[in-house]
Amino acid sequence: MEFLPARVDTNRIQPASRKTPVPVAAIETRQISKTFGSGDREVRALDHVSLEIRENEFFTLLGPSGCGKTTLLRLIAGFEAPTSGQLLLYGDDISNEPPYRRSVNTVFQSYALFPHLTVAQNIAFGLEMLGKPKAEISRTVDEMLAMVRMEAMAHRKTSEISGGQQQRVALARALAPHPKVLLLDEPLSALDLKLRKEMQRELKRLQIETGITFVFVTHDQEEALTMSDRIAVMSAGKPLQIGTPREIYDRPANRFVASFIGESNFLSATITAATGDVARVRIGGGIDMEAALPAEAPRSGKVTVAIRPEQVRLVEADAADALPATVTDTVYFGTDTHTHLLLDSGETVVARFQSTLAHSEERANGTRVGVQFWEGSVQVLRETA
Amino acid sequence: MSAVEISPAAGTDQEARAEAARTRRNWLLSLPAVILLLFAASGPLVIVLIYSFLTPGDYSGVKWIPTFDAWTSILFSRDIFDDTLRLADAHLTIFWRSASLSLLTTLITFLLGFPTAYFIATRPPRQRGLWLFLITIPFWTNLLIRTFAIMEVIRNEGLLNKLLMMTGLISEPLQILYSDTAVLIGMAYVYLPLMVLPLYAALERFDFRLVEAGYDLYAGRWMVLRKVILPLVKPGIVAGSILVFMPSLGAYVTPRVLGGGKHMMIGSFIELQFGQGRNWPLGASLSMLLLLIVGIGLFFYVRAMSKEKAHD
Ligand SMILES: Nc1ncnc2c1ncn2[C@@H]1O[C@H](COP(=O)(O)OP(=O)(O)O)[C@@H](O)[C@H]1O
Ligand SMILES: [Mg+2]
Repeated sequence: MEFLPARVDTNRIQPASRKTPVPVAAIETRQISKTFGSGDREVRALDHVSLEIRENEFFTLLGPSGCGKTTLLRLIAGFEAPTSGQLLLYGDDISNEPPYRRSVNTVFQSYALFPHLTVAQNIAFGLEMLGKPKAEISRTVDEMLAMVRMEAMAHRKTSEISGGQQQRVALARALAPHPKVLLLDEPLSALDLKLRKEMQRELKRLQIETGITFVFVTHDQEEALTMSDRIAVMSAGKPLQIGTPREIYDRPANRFVASFIGESNFLSATITAATGDVARVRIGGGIDMEAALPAEAPRSGKVTVAIRPEQVRLVEADAADALPATVTDTVYFGTDTHTHLLLDSGETVVARFQSTLAHSEERANGTRVGVQFWEGSVQVLRETA
Repeated sequence: MSAVEISPAAGTDQEARAEAARTRRNWLLSLPAVILLLFAASGPLVIVLIYSFLTPGDYSGVKWIPTFDAWTSILFSRDIFDDTLRLADAHLTIFWRSASLSLLTTLITFLLGFPTAYFIATRPPRQRGLWLFLITIPFWTNLLIRTFAIMEVIRNEGLLNKLLMMTGLISEPLQILYSDTAVLIGMAYVYLPLMVLPLYAALERFDFRLVEAGYDLYAGRWMVLRKVILPLVKPGIVAGSILVFMPSLGAYVTPRVLGGGKHMMIGSFIELQFGQGRNWPLGASLSMLLLLIVGIGLFFYVRAMSKEKAHD
């Protein structure tokens, strides 16, 4: 495939005498802030955002509506200028470059296809503006049409194709000039569930095939977890945590991340010892466990810990090393069953079990049980209790 | 028993009769409008058409002798000695001046009107009404008064010349009044709203997110304008151009007042035939010709528009 980047191969076979170069980030934001309006109506859409997006990675901005995802994407594209801070593309400061001089393309949420042009003309647009030779343009357009499987539609007007097909044309149009970075703003949100799942796989395939860095925006945590190499979870104009899907899910650093992605139980705990990124904590005044300790978290005193519902284990009420509790409710979800528990300390815990035909994990309301957590499942949060 | 029973056939018959009654009533209701249109619009037109095939009267009016003379004399003049036909240079000059002034008017109103319409269309929705209102204010004033106002601005002792002399850009007042330039200025001013409104209507429907898509795909400002905006607002450009070009072709008041009658345009030329010229048939044929040109223009416009619609 033509699009496998030659860069990666040359890096691997570089002369032994040269020191391994420090990898340059595809995109780097340095303390970027963006405010809209002024005075009373000032909105701080981005608040000192510093992050690095690596070459060839599928990077996702995840967060609730209004947290600044689109604003960050529009800054990278060049449609907005940062109020303060710097934006680097492969080490070059592009903060003041207009969008048409940035090797960055966007797949718009509304697709924004040109209605007066055919599918093929839409895909050719960027290449024509770059002044590529005719032969190269038609070859690339054919490749792109094949890549998104739209060959049969090449000469249709964009109003004559379905939403899913428009989506694919928008992708092909943005990929055709082979940009250094591709920006996608909730590209799948307008599609129905089945088509969305299909396009998720398709996007991932295209990203691997082209080797282009993707910056993907979504408010759908499942989409983010399944597609991304790394995720930045954003809230109120700030990335709260950046990491691989596993790091984000298994090691949420704060309460927002822990509750926005999946579900979590929050319990108060006391740190009794801390070494490196591991702490000993006493949970619910009853059990002592090892817990993961993120950077910038308190290293002593009272803290909050997060534990995923599927990491909760129910044992006999009088078992040692267990928190005594009462079953208050059982909710059946099909594949899972949730058991709601009231600890004797007054805190609540939800336990999740895979449903079995025998309903072996179901207990009547009022049943006395002991609550334990699987080893390694306890996560200290940055916020103090 | 059978009295209440209605056969299906009787049902449809009754429906048909009710339908016929409805149609009749609708026709009756629209009769006043139809009569008015027939007599007020078509009637005079028919008279003009008939007059264009008659012989001029001795002092004015017509003699009821049918002839094509009026139509041939639009383009040709008959030599009074050997009866041969020659191209009527004076007439051609007038047509040429009218056409070129109208085209220039269309061009100028477009060049001024497009940025204006673009500006209005990109204001927040609540402000747009105010701007449109301002654009239409000149319509409230009589055309003649507006034209005299322009005259006041551009005459030798007028505002424009005074300003230019004050700033020292010129030492002698510019003779603008009674020139083609004056006519052009006046026509552009008078017809500008007719260009702005259809352009605005097209731009208001334009999806400005496409501009960002253009920038994103390496098109600079000029290319976005040429490749994205202009093709998509073309219907508005065509509509505005027709709305300006057609009436300026037959414009009478503005060229007459600002051009001082020296530089005749079709409008004044037609008027001349009914006045001093005492050639009503020629005036009538010229009027019909103008109407024909406008009609053909509109025909092609409507056809192009419906084709465009069929495409979407
Ligand atoms: N052009 C703008 N003018 C004023 N406020 C804006 C503008 N764009 C975004 N905002 C505000 O900035 C915040 C972040 O918006 P946005 O980046 O669109 O969030 P997201 O894409 O995460 O939903 C919101 O409070 C939004 O209202
Ligand atoms: Mg958004």
